[in-house]
Amino acid sequence: MTYTYLITGGTTPDGIQTDIIVDSDGRIAQLGQHLSADGAKIIDATGKIVLPGLVDLHTHLREPGNNDAETIETGTRAAAMGGYTAVHAMANSDPVADTAGVVEQVYRLGKEAGWTDVYPVGAVTVGLAGEHLAEFSAMHDSAAKVIMFSDDGMCVWDPVLMRRALECVKSFDGFIAQHAQEPRLTNGAQMNESALSSELGLAGWPAVAEESIIARDVLLAQHVDSRVHICHVSTAGSVELIRWAKSQGINVTAEVTPHHLLLTEDYVKTYDPVYKVNPPLRKDSDVHALRNGLADGTIDTVGTDHAPHTEETKQCEWVVAAMGMTGLETALPVIQHTMVDTGLMDWHGVAQVMSANPARIYRHTDQGQLTETGGLVEGALANIAVYDPAHRFVVNPINHTSKSTNSPYRGMELVGKVTNVLYRGHQVVADANISSPYQRS
Amino acid sequence: MRHLLATRNLSYDNAMAILDTAQEMATVSQRSIKKLPTLRGQTVVNLFFEDSTRTRTSFEAAAKRLSADVLNFAVKTSSVSKGESLKDTVQTLEAIGGDAIVMRHWASGAANQLANFGWSSSAIINAGDGTHEHPTQALLDAFTLRNRLHKQHATGKNLEDVHVVIVGDILHSRVARSNVWLLHTLGAKVTLSGPPTLMPVGVNTWPVDINYDLDALLAQRPDAIMMLRVQAERMSGDFFPSASEYTRGWGLTNDRYKTIAGTQTFIMHPGPMNRGLEISAAAADSVQNTALEQVANGVSVRMAVLYLLLASQPGQ
Repeated sequence: MTYTYLITGGTTPDGIQTDIIVDSDGRIAQLGQHLSADGAKIIDATGKIVLPGLVDLHTHLREPGNNDAETIETGTRAAAMGGYTAVHAMANSDPVADTAGVVEQVYRLGKEAGWTDVYPVGAVTVGLAGEHLAEFSAMHDSAAKVIMFSDDGMCVWDPVLMRRALECVKSFDGFIAQHAQEPRLTNGAQMNESALSSELGLAGWPAVAEESIIARDVLLAQHVDSRVHICHVSTAGSVELIRWAKSQGINVTAEVTPHHLLLTEDYVKTYDPVYKVNPPLRKDSDVHALRNGLADGTIDTVGTDHAPHTEETKQCEWVVAAMGMTGLETALPVIQHTMVDTGLMDWHGVAQVMSANPARIYRHTDQGQLTETGGLVEGALANIAVYDPAHRFVVNPINHTSKSTNSPYRGMELVGKVTNVLYRGHQVVADANISSPYQRS
Repeated sequence: MRHLLATRNLSYDNAMAILDTAQEMATVSQRSIKKLPTLRGQTVVNLFFEDSTRTRTSFEAAAKRLSADVLNFAVKTSSVSKGESLKDTVQTLEAIGGDAIVMRHWASGAANQLANFGWSSSAIINAGDGTHEHPTQALLDAFTLRNRLHKQHATGKNLEDVHVVIVGDILHSRVARSNVWLLHTLGAKVTLSGPPTLMPVGVNTWPVDINYDLDALLAQRPDAIMMLRVQAERMSGDFFPSASEYTRGWGLTNDRYKTIAGTQTFIMHPGPMNRGLEISAAAADSVQNTALEQVANGVSVRMAVLYLLLASQPGQ
């Protein structure tokens, strides 16, 4: 067996300084202290954190259909730069990923790009229109082997359709990822409904529009004994509902975005559409409830909801601007800032919510592998991110790898930088620069 | 003051300066030659993304009485029919060369964007943006109220302890928002009334009282009652069951008007009035109604705003 990489001096999520040897099969050959490996290229991780490659359950890669904003190639490069080794591409492309043909195309383009794993998410309803169920089994039986379905961007608001969808995915242990937004309560909504939305004259998006759907869907999941995942939870009330559902043994998992852990509706005062996002930025009390929910396990995972948009769809009046923000390349520094530096979570916790838990939700066996105590796993595929938690920088989206620059953190000082990423044992990020893609033999 | 975007953050001193300057401007409008040379050589652009002949004409008259050149630029876009972007439109106007842009826009925040995003170097005057603010309307309302209360001694007076009741669709009204903030700044006591469906969420944090009982409010003999226009499109949104239900609860009907007829309560309306809906003909035509004075005062107040933004800036 030949060895390709030796990562030295880094600290794994269990807090132990661990050297890692990677072999030419792209697997972790050995873990330990003071290791040496003949012929292996050394990656000096002294003072750095070594994490299992991050897994994002919520990514918009925009291809097919909106290649001006992002492509599978550029989006997965951005993901790699953010420390991700797997992304799940949401279905709201054009055409919508509601057939085996489209999900296979996305899956194939992801493979060809070679920067991260790309798992297409199938649509729940045809064209995201909320009227007829898409062909789940065809997408599941395709090369993409889809088990996650979502109309993200749109809510599966019809309770009967949602029930049927939850029932359909049971045959292959799949799950429905719900974008919880009651459409009638959010008609024309522009921002969180609050005293501030009233002052700014922007139509409000009440918390109850999210919470009422979550309440309904956890009860449906219980009733039909299926699995529901709640995308981008954004309110304190949602956290409470999910906490209750889990206490009842309901099979629900939940996700929070980095931006909902950091930013509040106060940014909307600028009327700068870079802060326009769905679900909207909420209040400080929501931010803190979300952080606590993530720390105590009520919320299982951080999903970026990376939503690249072209400049022209953001440099316009607030009410016509597109919703969404980029997030792949800032996720880890934002999680460090909001969860680690605040003492709410250690690096083991970060590795769980950003890698092990999302991998478990999707039933991945070659992503997010972590021992009980937070160590990496010998024999596992070498999906590894090396992270410098001391690098201080000011966010400038011009420097991002994503095609789009709609980062809400522009000008903000953050700490942390991904310096190296191994994807299937191949170094796709080296010295904080994009390197070369993994090539399948 | 570089721009006038909102009354929310308009200081007491600036508000009083506008009102007192407007008082001086009002004397110009009474002369046989209604013109001052103050803004000669300066260009005011009226940029209207929404039709409003009244407001545009008022700004045009104000600018011309100060000898400014006026360009009227009407843009037909809406959230549905997308055309040239706001940014491009404004930069086109910059290239033509304006000193002030008076903008009416259907999007809340459009004036703030213009002033703060580096798209324009002109002074920006918000002539109404979406459901956000309409600051010159609030200023002319305050001016009208002050003149009715203090007549020729109005200069220098604020609205301390004056009670104003604003009635109607607060939720969608930029006029109501601008009035709430300005009246509060000037020391007035504000009460809002109207259907609970048309009260914004969080209104309890505003510096106002809420009272759904209009008859009880009228019995308190407020100094002024401001009747907001009911927009036809609200009828279909289930905000109230029918027009007659609205009128029964919150219209200034003949019967309600009789309870205040001949008292010191002024009736204000930003226009145009829906007679028979939010205001009865008798109330509309009464001497207590200030609607026409409001229109005349609008010119004086807008002259004052243009003067303060363009003529009194150092280095210009």
